[in-house]
Amino acid sequence: MFAQPSDSVVTVVVEPASPGFIVDLFRRLRQEPLGVLGLTLVLLVVFCALMARWIMPYNPDKIKVVERFDMPSAIHIFGTDSLGRDVLSRVIAGSQIALGVGVFSIAVALIFGIILGLLAGYGPRWLDNFLLLLFDSVYSFPTVMLGLTVVTLFGPSLETLISVVITIQTPGYARLIRTATLSAKTSEYILAIRSLGGSPWRILLIHILPNIIGPVLIIASMDIPSVITLEAGLTYLGMGIPPPAPSWGRILQDGFDNIRDAPWIVIAGGIPLIFTTLGFTFLGESLRDLLDPKLRRIV
Amino acid sequence: MAAYLVQRIGLSILICLASMCLLFAALHAIPGDPATIMLGSRATPEMRDRLNHELDLDKPIIVQFTSLIGNVVQGNFGTDIFSQRSVGVEIMENLPDTLILVGTGLGWAALLAIPLGCYSALERGTWIDRLTGILSVGTISIPSFVVAIYALLLFSVQLGWFPVIGAGDDGNISDQLWHLVLPSFAVGLGWVGYLARIVRASMLEVMSENYVRTARAFGLPEMKIVLHYALRIAILPTVTLLGLAIGGLLSSAVFAENIFARPGIGKLIVDAANLRNYPVVQGAVLSTVALFAFAMPVSDLIVAWLDPRVRAAF
Repeated sequence: MFAQPSDSVVTVVVEPASPGFIVDLFRRLRQEPLGVLGLTLVLLVVFCALMARWIMPYNPDKIKVVERFDMPSAIHIFGTDSLGRDVLSRVIAGSQIALGVGVFSIAVALIFGIILGLLAGYGPRWLDNFLLLLFDSVYSFPTVMLGLTVVTLFGPSLETLISVVITIQTPGYARLIRTATLSAKTSEYILAIRSLGGSPWRILLIHILPNIIGPVLIIASMDIPSVITLEAGLTYLGMGIPPPAPSWGRILQDGFDNIRDAPWIVIAGGIPLIFTTLGFTFLGESLRDLLDPKLRRIV
Repeated sequence: MAAYLVQRIGLSILICLASMCLLFAALHAIPGDPATIMLGSRATPEMRDRLNHELDLDKPIIVQFTSLIGNVVQGNFGTDIFSQRSVGVEIMENLPDTLILVGTGLGWAALLAIPLGCYSALERGTWIDRLTGILSVGTISIPSFVVAIYALLLFSVQLGWFPVIGAGDDGNISDQLWHLVLPSFAVGLGWVGYLARIVRASMLEVMSENYVRTARAFGLPEMKIVLHYALRIAILPTVTLLGLAIGGLLSSAVFAENIFARPGIGKLIVDAANLRNYPVVQGAVLSTVALFAFAMPVSDLIVAWLDPRVRAAF
C-alpha cells in the first residue's frame, strides 16, 4: 500500500480510446477472475457514492441518543454508534468522501505533476536539478508524517487534507513525466517538429504529452486506494476531516473508542475500506496487465 | 564505488537540508501568528512573546533559518512548548521503540516472504504460486491500521490472547515480546506479499542466467544452486527496496503505536500534533526524514557487500 511509483516507465504509444477498444478491453477483462472481482467491488463503491441519497436507510448525521450502541438488527443492519447514528448509513455516506477526496486530489496532483514534470524534462538543466531535489525532499517525508506536520500548522480540515494528498502525490507523477519527457525529447519526430519551428509549448503539449501520458494515467488510477487509505488513516488519528463528516476513518475512530462495548462499529468501518482498496488494486492490476505487458515488470 | 557513496551521502544531506527548508517554509506559510495558533487564543501576550523568542520568530527570516540549521547540526532540536524538555531527548527516548517495532515487522515479513517468493519462482504455476500472487496483491492493498484494529479486536479484546496496550514492563523481555506480536504483525503484513513478489520476479530472472546453467552442467545439487548461487543475487533488489521501505514502515508504525498505545516516534508525533506542539513535530519528522535519507546509502552498501561482482570493484 505504500509502494511508490517507479521511475522507469517505458514510453509506450497509447492506443486510441475508440469504442471498439474499450469493448475489447472489457471482453478480455472478463477472462480474469480477479479483474472481475475488482470491477464488481469498485462498481459497488461507486454505486454507493452516486446513489447514497436514495439507498441510505437513515440520515447519517441524525443523532438519537436513546438508540446508542444498538446491536446490528433488522432495524439497523450494522447497528448504531455512540450517538445513536445508523452505522450503515454512515458507511454509505463515507463512500462519497472516500471517492471524492481520492479522485479529486489525484486529478489535481496529476495536473501539477504533468506541468512540473514537463518543465523538468524539457527545461534547462538547473531547473531540472532544482525540481528533482524538491521532488526527492517531499518524497523523503513518510506520507503520514508529512500529513501530521501540515495538520499541526494549519489545523485539521478537508482543504488541509486535500492539499496534503496533492503534495504527496505530485512528485511521483512529475518524476514519471520527467523521465518519459527526457527520452522523448531526443527522438527524431521531436527533432523534426523543432526544425519546422514548433514552439516549446506546442511540442510539449501536442507532441510529447499524448505519447507519454498513458502509463502515468494507469499508475495514477492505481494510487486511488492508497489515497483513500491516507484519508481514512489521518481522519482516524483525528488529523483529517473534522466531525461530523462520516469518513470511514471517523467511523473507525468512534468504533475503536468503544471496541469493547460495540465491536460492530469498527468492523463496519473497516470492511468498506478493505473492499475499496482491494477492488481498486485488483482492477488496476488486471487492467495494467491487459493494457501494457511491459508495465508488468515494474512491481 | 567510494566516489558513488560520497555522492549518495551528499544527496542525503542535501535532502535533509531541503526538507528543513520545506518545514521552515511551512511554518511561515500559516496565516496569522504561529505562537497564537500553538498556544491557543487564551494565551497572554507575554506567553506569546516568550514562545516567539524561543522559536526565534522575533528575528529576521535569514537569521531564523541559519540558526535552525545550526541548531539541528549540533543535535539541538529545540524545546517542547509544554513540558519545556529538550526535543532531542524526547526523540532519543522514543526512537528505539519505533526501530524495534519496524525491525521486527520487517523481519518476520522478510523471513516469510523470501522462501515464499523463492518457492513461487521455482514452482511456477502451481497453486501455491497462484495463491501467493493473489495474497500479495491483497495484503499490499489492505490498510495496516485496519489490520491493527482488527487484530486487536480479535486477539486481544475477544480472545484475550495478547495484551491490549503498552510495550510491556521494563526489563521483562518476554513480556515486551508478548506486547510486540500484534503490532509487528500489523506493520509487517503488507510487506509479505510485496517482498515475495519482488523475490519471485528477480529469482525468475536469475534462474535463467548462464551461470546457473553452468552450475547445473557441473552437476551441482539443485538445492545448492538455488541457495548458494541464485538466491544470493536474487535477494539484492529486495535489499535495495528495504532502504526505500523505511518511509512506508514508519507510516504504519504511526498507526500501530497509536492503536496499541506503545511509546515511539509515531505516538510522540500524533500526541504533539494534537496539542499543536510544533517543535516536537518538526524535530520528530526531521529525524524520520533523516532515517529515510540515510537508509538508502546504507542499503547500497549492504548490496555492495552482498554482491561479489560489486565487491570486486572496491
